[in-house]
Amino acid sequence: MGTFQIDFGGSAKKRIVGIDLGTTNSLVAWLDGMTPKVIPTPEGDRLVPSIVSYSADGTRVAGEAARALQIERPENTVYSVKRLMGRGLEDVRDDLKMLPFRIAEGSESVIRLDVGGKPVTPPEVSAQILLELKRNAEAHLGEDISQAVITVPAYFNDAQRQATKDAGRLAGLEVLRLVNEPTAASLAYGLDKRKEGIVAVYDLGGGTFDISILRLQEGIFEVLATNGDTHLGGDDIDERLMAIALEDIASEWGESLSGNLEAIQTVRRAVIEAKHQLSTLPKVTISVDYRGRVYQRELTRELFEQLIQDIVERTLQPCREALRDANLTPEQIDEVVLVGGSTRIPLVRKAVEALFKAKPHTELNPDEVVALGAAVQAAILSGDVEDQLLLDVTPLSLGIETMGGVVSKLIHRNSTIPASATETFTTSVDGQKNVLIHVLQGERELVRDCRSLARFDLKDIDPLPAGMTRIEVRFLIDANGILNVTARDLRTGKEQSVEVKPSYGLTDEQVETMIRESFEKAEEDFAARQVREARVEADNILAAVEKARANPAWLDLSDTERAAVDEALNGLQMVYHAEDHHLILGQIEKLDAATRTLAESMMNTAVRQALKGTKI
Amino acid sequence: MNELNILGEPAGGEHHHCWRCGHDPAPEPAEPLSLFCQFCNTLQPPVPDYYAFFNLPRELALDLAELQRKFYALSRLLHPDRYTRAAERERKYSLEATAILNDGYRVLRDPVERAEYVLKEAGFDLGEQRSRDVPPELLEEVFELNMALDELKSGDQSAVPQLVESRASFQQMLGEIDGELAGQFRRHDHSEAREARHTILEQIRKILNRRRYIRNLVSEVDRQLTAHGA
Repeated sequence: MGTFQIDFGGSAKKRIVGIDLGTTNSLVAWLDGMTPKVIPTPEGDRLVPSIVSYSADGTRVAGEAARALQIERPENTVYSVKRLMGRGLEDVRDDLKMLPFRIAEGSESVIRLDVGGKPVTPPEVSAQILLELKRNAEAHLGEDISQAVITVPAYFNDAQRQATKDAGRLAGLEVLRLVNEPTAASLAYGLDKRKEGIVAVYDLGGGTFDISILRLQEGIFEVLATNGDTHLGGDDIDERLMAIALEDIASEWGESLSGNLEAIQTVRRAVIEAKHQLSTLPKVTISVDYRGRVYQRELTRELFEQLIQDIVERTLQPCREALRDANLTPEQIDEVVLVGGSTRIPLVRKAVEALFKAKPHTELNPDEVVALGAAVQAAILSGDVEDQLLLDVTPLSLGIETMGGVVSKLIHRNSTIPASATETFTTSVDGQKNVLIHVLQGERELVRDCRSLARFDLKDIDPLPAGMTRIEVRFLIDANGILNVTARDLRTGKEQSVEVKPSYGLTDEQVETMIRESFEKAEEDFAARQVREARVEADNILAAVEKARANPAWLDLSDTERAAVDEALNGLQMVYHAEDHHLILGQIEKLDAATRTLAESMMNTAVRQALKGTKI
Repeated sequence: MNELNILGEPAGGEHHHCWRCGHDPAPEPAEPLSLFCQFCNTLQPPVPDYYAFFNLPRELALDLAELQRKFYALSRLLHPDRYTRAAERERKYSLEATAILNDGYRVLRDPVERAEYVLKEAGFDLGEQRSRDVPPELLEEVFELNMALDELKSGDQSAVPQLVESRASFQQMLGEIDGELAGQFRRHDHSEAREARHTILEQIRKILNRRRYIRNLVSEVDRQLTAHGA
C-alpha cells in the first residue's frame, strides 16, 4: 500500500495477541514468524477453562485453578458467562435455570451475579479470564501485552459486542478489533494455502452457533452472509444428558439432587465426559461417584443421537438462510470448515456433510482454529501480514423506531462493514429542544419484536418553530460491528451533541469506575495468588521432609541437626495459614537449609545402594 | 457506542489542502477524486459520491466483474485494518472512506439500487413511493389475484393453484421488466445530452415503480402461501 507508515511513540513495536474468549474454554495465540501458535499456560495447558471463582473476601482466580474449585464452591464459581454477556435478565431466564449462581438486585439491563459477597457483571467476570490469558501470554513471550484482537460469535448483537470490548478494557487490554469467530477460523485455514472459492464455516461451540459463507479471492476474505443462534451449543446437549442422569439418580438414590450444587457439578462433569467419549466410541458409561454413592448408566451413540437430533436440526435452518442471503445453492459451496468442540460429534458432521454436499475440513483442531485465526488478524492489524484482508458483515439489520411502533430499516443484515446510513430528523413541536431516537436490531417489522439497542438523545437543539430544525444523523457500524452515531444541525452546520443511553450493558462511566476499582483489587488478587502458590510449595517440601524422616539417613543426623530440622518444620507449619507469602517463603527457605545435610546424606545412601546393586 | 465525530468538519468538495502536509493539489488536470494527497500520500477526508469513489463514468450499465475488482483494490487501500497504527485523524478518515466504499459497492452492484441512486442524484424525488396505485395495465390481473388471496385467507385451499400460477406470471413479468431496464440503461449511457438523459431517467423511474409494485405482490403471495402451509 502507498501510505506512509509513521511510528507514533513506538506503538508500532507492540505485539498484538489473538484471543478466543469462549463459552467453555478460552485461548490466546500469536503469530510466530508466519505460523499462528497457541500460547500454553505455565502448566503447559493450551485451553484455559472460562471459569472464574470468587472467594468470600472477594479475591478471584480464573482458569484451571477456578475449575478445581467448581465442585467445592459451585455458587461462587462462574462458568458459561458468555451466555450472559450484553444481556438483560429477561433474556437469560432459561440460562439461569441451569446455572447455579444467584442474581443480585437491579439486573434488568445488566446482569449482576451475587458471588464473593459483591455483585459482579458478566464483563467483569470475562475480564478475569482475559487477565489470565494476558498473564500467560506475557510469561510466555516475555513482554507486556496491552493490545488484542478478541473473537465473538458472528451473530452477537451490538450489546454483546460492546460487553466483550468492555471486558477487554477491564482487563487492561486495548481491543483493536472484534473478529467474528467463523471468519477468524477461515483466516487460520486460508493462511498457508492460496485458496480461492466459496467456503462455508460451521461453528458450533459451547453456547453459540454461527454459520458464515465467504468468498476467498486473491487474499480477500469477503463474508457474503452470516447467520446463527447465540443460544445454541454444547451446553444444550449437556442439559439433555443432565436431565436424564438427575432423574435416574433421583429414583435410584431416593432423593433429588436439586439444590445440591456440589452434587450437580459432579454429575455435570460425568455427563460431559461421556459426551466427549461418544464422539469416538459407540457406547459409554456415565459414571458418577459422589461421596461414596455411585450411579452408572450405559449410553449408546444411537440413543445419544436421538436425544440431540433436534439440537442438530436447529443449526440447519440458519445455514439455509445464509445460503439464501448469499444467493447460493449448496452445490456452489467449494469447502466446508468445522469449528467448535461440538463439531466433533459424528451426527453433527453427518448433518453438515448432507446439507452442503461436501466433506468438511477438520485438519485444524476445532478448539484452536478460532484463536489461531485471531492471531492472524492481529498480525494483519500490526502490518506483519500484508496480503490478506477480511471483509466482514453485520449479522443483524439496524433500524429506528417510527410512528406506530414500526421499525424502519437503515442498514440491512449482511451489509459489509463498516457500513453507514444517514437520516434527517426534525422537531414536531415549537421550541422543542430534544429529539429522542430509538435504535433497534433485528429482522422483524415491529419494535416489540426487535431488540432495543439504545436511545440516542439529540440535546440542546436551538428552540425554533416546529419543523425548522433539521438534524442529519449518521449511523455507522464500524469494523467491530459496533454502532457509532453522530449528528449535525443542517441549518448551522454545527455538530449536534448526542447522549447515548444503552438499553443493555454498561455505560462508559460504569466501565471507568470498574477499571479504577479493579486496579485496587488486582493487588489483592495478586497477593492471594502468591500466597496460594507459596502454600503449594510448602505442601511439596513438607511432604518431602515427612518422607525423609522415614529414611535411614534421618538417624545418621546429629541430635542438633535433627532438632534444627524439627524447628524449621514447626516454623513452616506455624506460618502456613498466614496471608503473607513472604512469611511462608522465608520459612520454606529455612527448612530447605536445615534439611540440606539430610538431603545430601540421602543422596549418598542412594548412590551407595545403586553401586552395591551393580556388582563391579 | 463511542462517538466518533466523523462529521466534526464538513467533508466535501471545498476541501482543497491536505490536512497533513498542507499542500494544495494542482487544480488541473482535475482528478475526479483523490483519496490520498498527491504529495504526502495521506488519506484525505472522503467525499460520499459513489461513482467518483469508484472512478467510474456516470453510467447505468456496469461491468460487475470490474466493479468487484475495484472494490477489492480500494478495500486494500482504505480498510481500517490498514490504519491501526496511523494517526487518529487518518484512522477516522479510513473508517469513513471504507463505509462509503462498502455502501457504494452495495448500491452500484444492484441494478435497481444503482438506478435509484442515479435518479436521486439527478434530483428525482423517490420519497413518495405510491406502490398502492395499481398500474392500469395490471388492473385486471391484480383484481383476480386479490380475490384468490382473500379465498386463501378465509381457508379455501382451492385458491392455491391459481395463486401459484399468477405468481409465476408476475415473476415472468419481473424478468421482462429487468430486460426493459437493461435496455433503458444502455440508451441512457449512449445519450450525451443532459435533457435526453433526463427523459430516459423519467422512464426508468416509471419502470422501477411498476417493478416495485409487482415485487410486493410476489412477496405478498409468498407470505400468504407459506402462512397457509401451501
